Amino acid sequence: MTTMTMAKALNAGLRRAMEADDRVVLFGEDIGRLGGVFRITDGLQKDFGEHRVMDAPLAESGIVGTAVGMAMRGYRPVLEIQFDGFVYPAFDQIVSQVAKMHRRTEGTVPMPIVIRIPYGGGIGAVEHHSESPEAYFAHTAGLRVLTPSDPQAAYLTIQQAIACQDPVVYFEPKRRYWDKGEVDEQVDALDLLQVADPWRARVVRTGSDVTVACYGPMVRTCLEAAEASTDASLEVIDLQSLSPLDLDTVIASVERTGRLVVVHEASGNAGLGAEVAARVAERCFFTLEAPVLRVTGYDVPYPPSRLEEHFLPDLDRVLDAVDRAMAF
Amino acid sequence: MTAVSLDGVRSPGAVQLLSPEGERVAHPEYDIALSDAELRSLYRDLVLVRRVDTEATALQRQGELGLWASCLGQEAAQVGSGRVLRPGDFAFPTYRDHGVTWTRGVPPLDMLSMFRGVTNGGWDPLQKRCAPYTIVIGNQALHGVGYAMGIRLDGSDDAAIAYFGDGATAEGDVNEAFVFASVFNAPVVFFCQNNQWAISQPRDRQSRVPIYERAAGFGFPGVQVDGNDILAVMAVTRHALDRARAGEGPTLIEAFTYRMAAHTSSDDPTRYRHADELEVWRLRDPIERLKVFLARQGLADRQFFDQVEREADELAVVVRDGVRAMPEPPSQAMFDHVYAEPHRLIEEQRRAVADYDASFGDEVHA
Ligand SMILES: Cc1ncc(C[n+]2csc(CCOP(=O)(O)OP(=O)(O)O)c2C)c(N)n1
Ligand SMILES: [Mg+2]
Repeated sequence: MTTMTMAKALNAGLRRAMEADDRVVLFGEDIGRLGGVFRITDGLQKDFGEHRVMDAPLAESGIVGTAVGMAMRGYRPVLEIQFDGFVYPAFDQIVSQVAKMHRRTEGTVPMPIVIRIPYGGGIGAVEHHSESPEAYFAHTAGLRVLTPSDPQAAYLTIQQAIACQDPVVYFEPKRRYWDKGEVDEQVDALDLLQVADPWRARVVRTGSDVTVACYGPMVRTCLEAAEASTDASLEVIDLQSLSPLDLDTVIASVERTGRLVVVHEASGNAGLGAEVAARVAERCFFTLEAPVLRVTGYDVPYPPSRLEEHFLPDLDRVLDAVDRAMAF
Repeated sequence: MTAVSLDGVRSPGAVQLLSPEGERVAHPEYDIALSDAELRSLYRDLVLVRRVDTEATALQRQGELGLWASCLGQEAAQVGSGRVLRPGDFAFPTYRDHGVTWTRGVPPLDMLSMFRGVTNGGWDPLQKRCAPYTIVIGNQALHGVGYAMGIRLDGSDDAAIAYFGDGATAEGDVNEAFVFASVFNAPVVFFCQNNQWAISQPRDRQSRVPIYERAAGFGFPGVQVDGNDILAVMAVTRHALDRARAGEGPTLIEAFTYRMAAHTSSDDPTRYRHADELEVWRLRDPIERLKVFLARQGLADRQFFDQVEREADELAVVVRDGVRAMPEPPSQAMFDHVYAEPHRLIEEQRRAVADYDASFGDEVHA
């Protein structure tokens, strides 16, 4: 076990994936000499060469569109979009081509592309640097969506995403990049597919009164809420895979607790929380002791940084929802 | 890297009217006649813009701004192109174009408010005839073209000017802007500040030919100008604006300049560029050049330079105090202006947040 930040764990995971398969190539803005604006690819160009870690022209549609062609040629492109708010120029290529090529070609042309996107707020940034656009992608059939919440998960799931034959939009919670955790680098992520299935939700804290389902940057927030909760015992579930959603794990928990609070940073309207709530309501109607509640960002554009503390779900808002669920 | 940095230093064909040594030089096609008072006021603008920039950099280090994108070294390109605009023209700047917004009469504190994180805008674009800073690379190029298409529909002789960087020339939006401007013969000037870098990526990662040459393929003229020569920038931009007003369509101007500071306050340029490059460009400082010219020609004396310096000091105080005194927006502000018309969901959430905040009483939360 080594203690490292999530940023370092992602770097280590990328390195391992590149060692394991020389068809893995990295492509993105400023990822070479600079190592990316968050240094996730630090040192990889030096060690693997400019042909495997390529600085792309400043054009996101270009990055994703050419990755489609590279994938058709047998490569496994791992793309970096510099910030959440800059993925939109590539939206067309992602939704119309990356997501649909396998289906269009009746299974002959897979799209093993990973699109890494640092996402979420809480870092005091200017506009377009704090968004949570995961629902757009989870809504698109043909894409898988993953988001790690701690260094160990990041180390494993980035490798599993790269090995996946389907395109994976991989959301990295940027405000947790510098959080440290224990990482076991000895394990083989691909051998682990059964034990640490990336497409499964993870129970990260057991409890008995209320299930709190969350993902990405909110996992730490919810764990802190669980720690602080005096009146209710919270079971915290890290959804991790946003497409497909692993409802079985959530439902197994709700069947014991009878209460569910879903937490995410993204705006609530037509978000992941709505999907979880609807599906749990369909399957747990008789076990639920309270309506499923959501704690999310509001339905406004991500606000200027001096307002973000009001926008972002925090410990108080999570506990407020827990209280409301308990009061039913 | 050496080859690239050399490429980013030479610009033999660029229009120049003032040499780096401050000598007035002639150009066969471009010239500009300015009164002594105008020349002095250009110098004043350059110095004041630089002081705002320096203060902002310092304020960011002190934690008063979340971020700052410095225009250090690019003042002549920005002020020069902005100064030849007419009041009715409209500018579309990027996050770095403080010298442009200055010429549009945007108060420095309004430029800084977005970087402090109290707003995503800062000024009234319609009143200043200057769009908000655009952060998503290249988006505003299309806005400039569309605005110009509107001017054309009006039958007016106003013009639009769209600013972007060397990196932006790779984006689809900028290339589409070139297509639309050409096809609709829009009265727009594309003003590209080639500051040699797009964060860590040198210019040749975006284009294998000089940027101004790309205009030809889209069907309009392109011209490269010494971006650190304010007189040449003004002459070339005015010429392009005149063409636009006369119905002759768009022009691409490549202002050859250099980003003297880090990309933004979050960046560490020592990771990707050599300090020698900076030294070469320091000798071409746009302000020093004009100063030497003014002094040699006897157009300004010691007293004038001292007075501008004093004015800059006073402006610095206004900026420092003003930034610290900017009011914190209340939580309710996030619900303002999301829509122009009443919206059920927003109103519901606005009330819920007010109730939630009230439930804490005087107790501080979050
Ligand atoms: C669509 C988009 N992608 C990426 C970014 C991140 N980013 C901000 S500035 C920048 C480089 C811009 O370079 P250039 O166009 O040369 O302008 P400069 O910053 O040098 O003035 C990048 C990649 C962005 N803002 N927008
Ligand atoms: Mg640039």
